[in-house]
Amino acid sequence: MDIRALLVCAAMAVAAGLVGCFAVMRKMTLAADAFSHVALPGIGIALALKLNPLLGALAALLAGSLLIWVIEGKTRLSTEAITGVVFSVALAAGALTATGEELIDALFGAPGRMSIPEMVFGLAAALAVTGFVLAMRDRLLISLVSSEVAIAAGIGARGLQLGFLLAFAITVALGMRYLGVLLMGSLIIIPATIAKRLARGIDGMFTVAIAAALAATLLGDGVAAWTHRPSGPVIVVIAGALFFLSLAVSGGGGRVRRTEAEG
Amino acid sequence: MPGEASSMQAGARVLPAGGNPVLEARGLSVSFDGTPILAGIDLTVERGEALAIIGPNGSGKTALFRALIGAIPHGGTIHWAPGTRFGYVPQKLDIERDLPITGGDLLRARLTISHAQKSEIPAALERLSLQPRVLKQSIGSMSGGQFQRLLVAFALIGRPDVLLLDEPAAGIDVPGQDALNAALRRVQEEDGVTILLISHDLSVVYRYASRVLCLSRESACAGAPEVVLTPERLSELYGKPVSFHLHDEGNHGH
Repeated sequence: MDIRALLVCAAMAVAAGLVGCFAVMRKMTLAADAFSHVALPGIGIALALKLNPLLGALAALLAGSLLIWVIEGKTRLSTEAITGVVFSVALAAGALTATGEELIDALFGAPGRMSIPEMVFGLAAALAVTGFVLAMRDRLLISLVSSEVAIAAGIGARGLQLGFLLAFAITVALGMRYLGVLLMGSLIIIPATIAKRLARGIDGMFTVAIAAALAATLLGDGVAAWTHRPSGPVIVVIAGALFFLSLAVSGGGGRVRRTEAEG
Repeated sequence: MPGEASSMQAGARVLPAGGNPVLEARGLSVSFDGTPILAGIDLTVERGEALAIIGPNGSGKTALFRALIGAIPHGGTIHWAPGTRFGYVPQKLDIERDLPITGGDLLRARLTISHAQKSEIPAALERLSLQPRVLKQSIGSMSGGQFQRLLVAFALIGRPDVLLLDEPAAGIDVPGQDALNAALRRVQEEDGVTILLISHDLSVVYRYASRVLCLSRESACAGAPEVVLTPERLSELYGKPVSFHLHDEGNHGH
């Protein structure tokens, strides 16, 4: 694999690991997977207009996050429920607007050299997402625990939620090249799920999630090149293997059990 | 009924000399999906007061808190003294506690966003009688009492002027409740923090509150504990006779 692709893959894995930590803790696991499908109509339209499918995917994901955010503000529905609705509609619209091999590539990832603009987008987007999660970590943590506590502490909970959805959307778009949008949800969720099981604190969770995402991505890319297989599925299979390994390491029992002793 | 609330307040409010309100709410109302939850609440809270809010389930106590901090839309006006800093202890969390978050993660997050001194963490732990090891303990491995005290310690960081506590002692055993109440009392006496407390424990309300606001679907009233917490008023408020046991009758009021 060339050095450009390696750099972008590593940056994407770090962003996915970090965003995944909050997605998993916010119980957006299934929503995260569905969310990635929102890219479909954008890819379809971009292909029909002979544009880079990445642009279409990014536009659709950003529009999808805004739509989910607006509906969240107007109703008391959960992010999960709204994402489910938006996802189904997006999938239907995607099926209507796109066909062909390029769509399959966008869904499952495609091998090949990475262009300079793709590399610049990949690095810039991954840096932006990583910077957002690290800078907003304390605010994200407090609003995760209780939105009222966050508001009372002067945290703009609505703005923060929009920022998180956008970071999530950008991360999914980042993965389109190598994993494809269908599988990118897995790279966001699986490493963070491993980290949730193994870590005791937030720093530990970040570290384990980033390490697992990096291991799956870099190892997966290497194995895919060696076996002449598409990279996306290989990366996800390796991430899945790491998850099952983590079950064995932690004895299947997870972290420390809750004690009733008063201290 | 706002009229009743106002007259009760005027007749029974315990005010520091001069009056220095930290909160003034007028005609406060909240509704969910068109159903009114609160209507016509007038409320003035003086600095350093301990106001208890009581009422049956569904009377809008938590909704009142959420409206006061601006978390939900409301009618009427709410005016906090400029620069008021809040500490909030919610009745329930938005998450399960089974997450890789330690006590230290939470307290440090609060420290960062409130630009507080590092020394505030050990100070808050000591006030709540929490061992420093809770900083390294995951929140899922804490007992109910430990975790509630951690939430209060969290609320204290950043030196808030007002603490809003939504049943902070719910789900804790009696010794744990006593320790928490004693800690809150100390904080109020030492720092002059204003406390707004939602509680079902009328004996705690009687002993610790300087004033009581009672909420029900039909009416609202306010006054000193000994005026509001009479058998007649309580049975009117809860719709059935209510009695409560005083651990130490001589220890109430301020």
